[in-house]
Amino acid sequence: MISDPSMFSSSPTLEPGADDDQLLRVSLGPQHPSTHGVFRMNVVLDGETVVSLKPVFGYLHRNHEKIAENATYLSSMPYTDRLDYICPLSNNWAYAHAVEKLAGIEVPERAEFMRVITAELTRLINHTAFMGFILGDMGAWGSALMYAFREREKILDVFEDLTGARMMANFMRFGGCRNDLPAGWAAKVSVLIDGYGPFLDEMEKLLIGNEILLGRTQDVGALPKEVLINGGITGPMLRAAGVNYDIRKVEPYGIYERFEFRIPLGEKGDCYDRIMIRFLEMRESLKILRQAIDQLPEGDFIHPKAKIRNFKPPVGEAYARIEGPKGELGFHLISDGTTNPYRYRVRPPSFINLTLLEDMCLGLDLADVVIILGSIDIVLGEVDR
Amino acid sequence: MSMEDQTSIKRLPPLSQWSLPGLGLLKGLVVTGKNMVQSFYREDRMTTVQYPEERAPISPNFRNFPFLVYDNDDSLAGLRCVACSICEKECPPQCIYIVLERDENGKSLKRPKIFDIDVSVCMNCGICAEVCPFDAIYMDGEYELSTDNRFEGLLFHRERLAKSAAYHAKLRPEQAAEVEARRKAEEEKKLAAQAAKEAKAKADKEAKDKAAAETEQKGESA
Repeated sequence: MISDPSMFSSSPTLEPGADDDQLLRVSLGPQHPSTHGVFRMNVVLDGETVVSLKPVFGYLHRNHEKIAENATYLSSMPYTDRLDYICPLSNNWAYAHAVEKLAGIEVPERAEFMRVITAELTRLINHTAFMGFILGDMGAWGSALMYAFREREKILDVFEDLTGARMMANFMRFGGCRNDLPAGWAAKVSVLIDGYGPFLDEMEKLLIGNEILLGRTQDVGALPKEVLINGGITGPMLRAAGVNYDIRKVEPYGIYERFEFRIPLGEKGDCYDRIMIRFLEMRESLKILRQAIDQLPEGDFIHPKAKIRNFKPPVGEAYARIEGPKGELGFHLISDGTTNPYRYRVRPPSFINLTLLEDMCLGLDLADVVIILGSIDIVLGEVDR
Repeated sequence: MSMEDQTSIKRLPPLSQWSLPGLGLLKGLVVTGKNMVQSFYREDRMTTVQYPEERAPISPNFRNFPFLVYDNDDSLAGLRCVACSICEKECPPQCIYIVLERDENGKSLKRPKIFDIDVSVCMNCGICAEVCPFDAIYMDGEYELSTDNRFEGLLFHRERLAKSAAYHAKLRPEQAAEVEARRKAEEEKKLAAQAAKEAKAKADKEAKDKAAAETEQKGESA
């Protein structure tokens, strides 16, 4: 793939020997950060049918990994907020989890509960925003997005009370969380998750039976299970195709083993399944949240011996992963015993889920490309890093 | 993995098998209609705050750019900051610039000569406040900071950054109270330690004097 120069060229080139007169080159893509980010697809069309699709990305590249190698471990924490900026708290957790594995730090029970609560709220935010965005991609720019963002805003308000910022939380620390829950916070979340079920009912009523949605998403963009597994696809994308793979179950981290929840699975793995699976995942998240809020123990929010200044993990290497809202989010760290990581690598779910975009789109109409891109649920902050 | 762990999606049949298409659309329209009507009378739906006439309350944890705390009345001499540069080192976007003040002999005066924060670079993460061992820097809640000069206007010097301990107490009462109690305890401990040291020095001196006198006596008697 790398040897193909058309991938990087500014204008799409055609396959040699193709009938040039019949084909149309289109430079397509969400070009505004308010959608998915800045991304471009060089699409070659035969009439309306996609013949070739080359993604062009890197417009949002910020050199995250190299910056992290030149900064202390703690300094990279606020940068992880900006990877997938829809769900900063899961990113925080993944990074903290990796450093804790590297340095062998224990996390107090209360902190684990706080992490589960914030991470599951983040999953709600992500999937709710996804509903809005994909409807926007389908042309229903307005109602669905506004309803989704109205509910998202309520969660962001809770996050602001807890972390001090709506989105750029910078909340987790190596060995716990930055601060304790403010007084009355758990009760506020409890009210919020009680109100979330009715919102999901409303959203389902709005979307599930909608003929336009059915017509545009059913049997669009499906790939066989084997291709998805070989492509390294994770998260709701993989589970929509019926593969039972959720890191919260297969390699439980934190305290997920204590909670009762199910893994929703799809049948065909088309865009319809990818939308519906997110509805079910939100319902499961609500179950986890309810259990976590009810069982929330008292105690330390951070390990009493956790080091904030001059943190030096021992020499070693660690890879830790969590089930982010978009898929497997992993951090690979190599320590040489100094205050800065020797190597810092992110395994971003959006980026790896995007690799099969062309395979999903070939032979479909141009309008389907936009929906397929939306159903992958990418955030370019994470794809480009 | 066991089957109890999973649940599956209920797929609606494809559109071609529907007997009455259009019903789903109508249902959706009922939802949007209901939402539209509700937005006129439901209190929780009328969320617009008429800024700048009124302002939404800010959360106690809300953080914006950092400020420096000073004790007493002198905003520059009273700064708690000792220019140790820990925050400068830990700051993720490296927006803090500190120069230590020294007297003419090159001895440290333990206060900053220059303390600049470029707020156009600052990302409000709060790590400086967290790592500071001297309780000297905290996150502000002020957000109306627009200026017509994007270079000098957004580079905050120590004069601009300095805010009184009373301001901190007003902004974050709980945190300030805790810090105040801790500082007081430390101060007392320090005073006690100093008193103990002085007492010990005095006792040592007395003992020494006594010993010296004794040897003198011995010498005389011998």
